Amino acid sequence: MSVLVIGITVFVLAAFVGIEVISKVPPTLHTPLMSGANAISGITIIGAITAAGLGATPLAQILGFLAVVMATINVVGGFLVTDRMLEMFKSRRDRDKSSK
Amino acid sequence: MTELLYLGAGVAFIVGLKQLGGPRTARSGNRIAALGMLLAIVVTLVAQDIVNWGTLAAGLVVGGVIGAWFAIRVQMTSMPQLVAAFNGFGGIASALVAAVAVVEIGLSDQAPETVVTLILSTVIGAVTFTGSFVAFGKLQGVLPGRPLVFPGQKIVNATLGLGLIGVAIWAAVSRETSGYWMVGAIALVIGVMTVIPIGGADMPVVISLLNSFSGLAAAAAGFAIESNALIIGGALVGAAGLILTIQMTEAMNRSLANVLFAGFGSDSSGGVVGTMSDKPVTRATPDDVAIALAYAESVMIVPGYGLAVAQAQHVVRELADSLEDLDIAVHYAIHPVAGRMPGHMNVLLAEADVPYEQLLDLEQADPQFAHTDVVLILGANDVVNPSARDDPDSPIYGMPILNVDRAAKVIVVKRSLSPGFAGIDNPLFYDEKTLMFFTDAKAGLEEAQLALKNL
Repeated sequence: MSVLVIGITVFVLAAFVGIEVISKVPPTLHTPLMSGANAISGITIIGAITAAGLGATPLAQILGFLAVVMATINVVGGFLVTDRMLEMFKSRRDRDKSSK
Repeated sequence: MTELLYLGAGVAFIVGLKQLGGPRTARSGNRIAALGMLLAIVVTLVAQDIVNWGTLAAGLVVGGVIGAWFAIRVQMTSMPQLVAAFNGFGGIASALVAAVAVVEIGLSDQAPETVVTLILSTVIGAVTFTGSFVAFGKLQGVLPGRPLVFPGQKIVNATLGLGLIGVAIWAAVSRETSGYWMVGAIALVIGVMTVIPIGGADMPVVISLLNSFSGLAAAAAGFAIESNALIIGGALVGAAGLILTIQMTEAMNRSLANVLFAGFGSDSSGGVVGTMSDKPVTRATPDDVAIALAYAESVMIVPGYGLAVAQAQHVVRELADSLEDLDIAVHYAIHPVAGRMPGHMNVLLAEADVPYEQLLDLEQADPQFAHTDVVLILGANDVVNPSARDDPDSPIYGMPILNVDRAAKVIVVKRSLSPGFAGIDNPLFYDEKTLMFFTDAKAGLEEAQLALKNL
């Protein structure tokens, strides 16, 4: 199998897994789900690291540097803010526990 | 070995997303996904024969500090614009990854499929970038939230779209790098042009779609640089964003094409404005509101974007606490497109310590209204407009609404009688069981709370 066919296979299977996993998420968690998924899309950071780390020309290095900055904002900011949001989601039991 | 470790990261993403689907497991799910990301980053740093350590370290530190600063400082009411901005950063990062490959290797020595995926990731990433920042500008109030339309807009956009396709085909066939850069530039313009005609209340759809795009851009970059980790992560996010996009358009009974291209809520579509505005409304004082609430057995609170604008989430929870002390059952009914992004209201109320069991979605809330004594509407309008149910001529006819008019009494807290975003008058306001409390949501609830204590 060519690399392209393997890639397409992986893509299609992962997309179906994504649909299967996400379609049952309750509306109350839609915002954290989206911001968590957003952080995962920052996986492009590994492409950015390769680009910045291996770039030979100055232009490639500048673009690679920008790619790392943007992807890192996406990854670090995305996971942190999702954690901050989820910390606030409390059930009635949690809330009564923390107030007493 | 490296590939297996990347697979481990992919599995962590799937498990993390799965756990993000339940309120009890969501926080650990996010952390598992973050660990997967850390694994992928470390593996890359070790496996690649990195030469430019200085550049790389500087990029990671700068990006990490900026990302953390935004994540820690942002107010919960500003969450939609932050997510929009993060989508944009992810999109442009994917486009830049492709750009570096073009700068280093050029197009002529690449396999045909690699040329195609390089162009694809650039186009999707660039559209996501500028589209997200226009959405950010609208949500932040830097740009007007209303749809920005001008004569000939559709022709301009169609020309841009066809131009993009034409130049992309030329670049792919001729392998000219100048064609590649032109494609990138046109895509940046298309991102702006696509989002400016979309109004603020349609932002839940736009943000979901851009979220999906940021994933697809990463997946396309994954094809270009032959990385399964990027393809897996990108496909998962692409699917997640797509599902939310579909759920949001269904909640508005509109097609995606209608949201993107109709300029909904601009003057041209608001043909029925003002037809009922001469009718009398029943105005309420804080005392009226307090009395109505105090003598109810069950109260349903319906929050909308006005709650976020007024930052009234803490005040509403205090009022709800006072009502519960009087043994009144309080719940919140949340329409899927209330606010500016999916789940916006839920996050705000969670910030104010409202337990999530009290938050009902459309299906859970709707049967309750017939048994509810008082519905308290805070800055919501179109999602409670009965004409979506009753008036086939209404532009929002067929949109699933919260049928609040089935409750015994309705209190609307609203700054003025002005129609909602869609420019459509709301018959609910003139219903004889409706009390209109014209005030800012926060100030109004504070007054009602005070009146309740003095009863």
